Amino acid sequence: MENNSLQQTPLISLKQAVKRYGYMQALKKVDLDIYSGTSVTIFGPNGAGKSTLLKVLSMQCRLSSGELLYNGTPYKKISDDFRHKFGVISHQLYLYSSLSAFENLKFYGSLYGISNPEKKGEELLKQLDLYKRKDDLLRTFSRGMLQRVSIARALIHNPEIIFLDEPYTGLDSLAAQKLSTIIKQQIEENKTVIMVTHDIETGFFQADNLLIMDKGKIVYNRQKSSINIDDFRKEYMSVLGVEAAV
Amino acid sequence: MNVVLLRKLDKIFSILLFFIIPLGLYFAFIYAPVEKTMGLIQKIFYFHVSSAWVGFFAFFITFLFSILYLVTKKVEYDDLASASAETGLLFCTIVIVTGPLWARPTWGVYWTWDARLTSTLILWFIYVGYIMLRQFMEENQKRAQFSALLGIIGFINVPIVFLSIQWWENTIHPNVVQKGGGGMHEDMFTAMLMCLFMFTVIYIGLVIRKLRIINIERQINYLELE
Amino acid sequence: MSYFKVIAAIVKKDILMEVRTKQVINAALVFAVLFVVVFSFTMEIGSNMEQKLSGGIFWVSVAFAGILSFNKTIGSETDNGSFEALMLAPVDKSAVFFGKVISNMLFLFLVEVILIPLFLVFYNVNIIGHPLMAVVIILSTYAYSLIGTLFSIISVRTSSKEIMMPVLFLPFMVPVIIAAVLATNVFILGGQIQFSYNWIKLTAVFDIIFTAIIYGIFSLIIED
Repeated sequence: MENNSLQQTPLISLKQAVKRYGYMQALKKVDLDIYSGTSVTIFGPNGAGKSTLLKVLSMQCRLSSGELLYNGTPYKKISDDFRHKFGVISHQLYLYSSLSAFENLKFYGSLYGISNPEKKGEELLKQLDLYKRKDDLLRTFSRGMLQRVSIARALIHNPEIIFLDEPYTGLDSLAAQKLSTIIKQQIEENKTVIMVTHDIETGFFQADNLLIMDKGKIVYNRQKSSINIDDFRKEYMSVLGVEAAV
Repeated sequence: MNVVLLRKLDKIFSILLFFIIPLGLYFAFIYAPVEKTMGLIQKIFYFHVSSAWVGFFAFFITFLFSILYLVTKKVEYDDLASASAETGLLFCTIVIVTGPLWARPTWGVYWTWDARLTSTLILWFIYVGYIMLRQFMEENQKRAQFSALLGIIGFINVPIVFLSIQWWENTIHPNVVQKGGGGMHEDMFTAMLMCLFMFTVIYIGLVIRKLRIINIERQINYLELE
Repeated sequence: MSYFKVIAAIVKKDILMEVRTKQVINAALVFAVLFVVVFSFTMEIGSNMEQKLSGGIFWVSVAFAGILSFNKTIGSETDNGSFEALMLAPVDKSAVFFGKVISNMLFLFLVEVILIPLFLVFYNVNIIGHPLMAVVIILSTYAYSLIGTLFSIISVRTSSKEIMMPVLFLPFMVPVIIAAVLATNVFILGGQIQFSYNWIKLTAVFDIIFTAIIYGIFSLIIED
């Protein structure tokens, strides 16, 4: 797969990307290519710029300078419709607590203009073990159940690129297990999965590419095939220096 | 903007104002003749009208640089827009304070719900909102974008506010106090222009000073962060 | 997805949520009714002051009810960050905004519909005494909702939205409040109808100008 990807145009490509918030630089001239069908995990300590990078890649925020290309086209020339390809799962739920699980999914389904939101919604709720409670209001749900609804919400329009921002934060074991099954399944379906985490265990296994960010820069980028998790852990610490080990 | 350049400009304007302010005061108090009916109190007119003009000009600059900011997203434009709004608010305050000071001896009341004075008061509130918004948000891109929006729609609202208050004034008080004015003595007119010039230079000087402060604050924040 | 379908989806969702919780209406309505009742204590009984003041009381109480309800409706979008998800959807960002404007407008209409008979009962004043009053209500309520929705999106991100919202909203709405009150007064006091035309025109111009500007720059001010 790696050999192929070298020839094709990257699905997402960042060139000299800079993102400034006021006086702070969250991204400092980042270059990155992500190929279709790969799974990329971005590690790094808090404040390294991981979440900003994910927001930039998913067009949630604009670059201060530099270029962002999708299939070789600058993002400024890309229409709103392109966001159809994006699905975002984060620690933010993005749900309405006075609607039922099913109504939430139907609403987001209708915003994405999918043809049969009911059927797709039911399918996802079944897969996530929530079908029995699909008509209950979300305010009666536990945190773990809400997280599962949020996963269904992100996948309702069958996105091609899935962005995960610390998705395992605060999940109970059932939700975490469901999530990892779903991520695996998405990878098998040849979707592009981009995940940000500071948890090495969960991030490592699903990844094709391992990235480490620190202080707004990508300081490490290699294929997983050439490394095992213990070595990676050592490298993670050596790259980030002593603070990361503590 | 360049910190060194700002410091130089700040110094130049401080020296300029050292000479221009006494000059303006000379024209207003000594050169211009004392008005026959109103007497000395009429002198406030030079400062009242000049601040009004400079205030509106300041908000126009805010409007202009708010648009430029939204188009380019350059922080410098946001700085300039906010520095100008803050300075404009100062001149607007002078208008609102000097208005009643003039009105009391002339018309016998402190406040008249006259269209110009009332519009200035509403305008003052709109830009107080602008400044408050900036204080209630952390410095970031969102704050700059929201302030730019206020800088644009606030200014566009000015003629609508003025028109509505003027019509309202005509409906509620059909007999407005006859405003002073008419023919102005030539020397008074010269004094007026001198004061306007003085206030414009004060405005530019204050904006530069404010820009310098913004830049210094930014440096301090950056150092704290490192 | 078409622009109007997005608006419709947002409005449908907001109505469904409001039917469930009734939080917006409850807050806004109780406030507006209290306002009307308490204000009656400032008037001399049988002095016919009601006739002259009703227009003002009506539109000011709607303004304050609006401030409450705009803050509530935007709160339901920001509680779980769903506003960000709306901005992420493959739809025009300003369509989401105008969807919220229409929802807020419908809620304010409901408040007004309940206030109008109250004026008849308490003050013996018929607010909607002339068919043109419907035009005044629609144009002014739209203006309230348009600017109110915009400022609620701004103030919800500040450290004190309860203060920020009225400070931004009330001065800005001065022309609309003046126009609405004086047009309403023409109908209540039985003046010549053409005196209301200028006020209606003024509100219409306000609506058109700010709808156009916000449509043009909304995506520029909302992006990160």
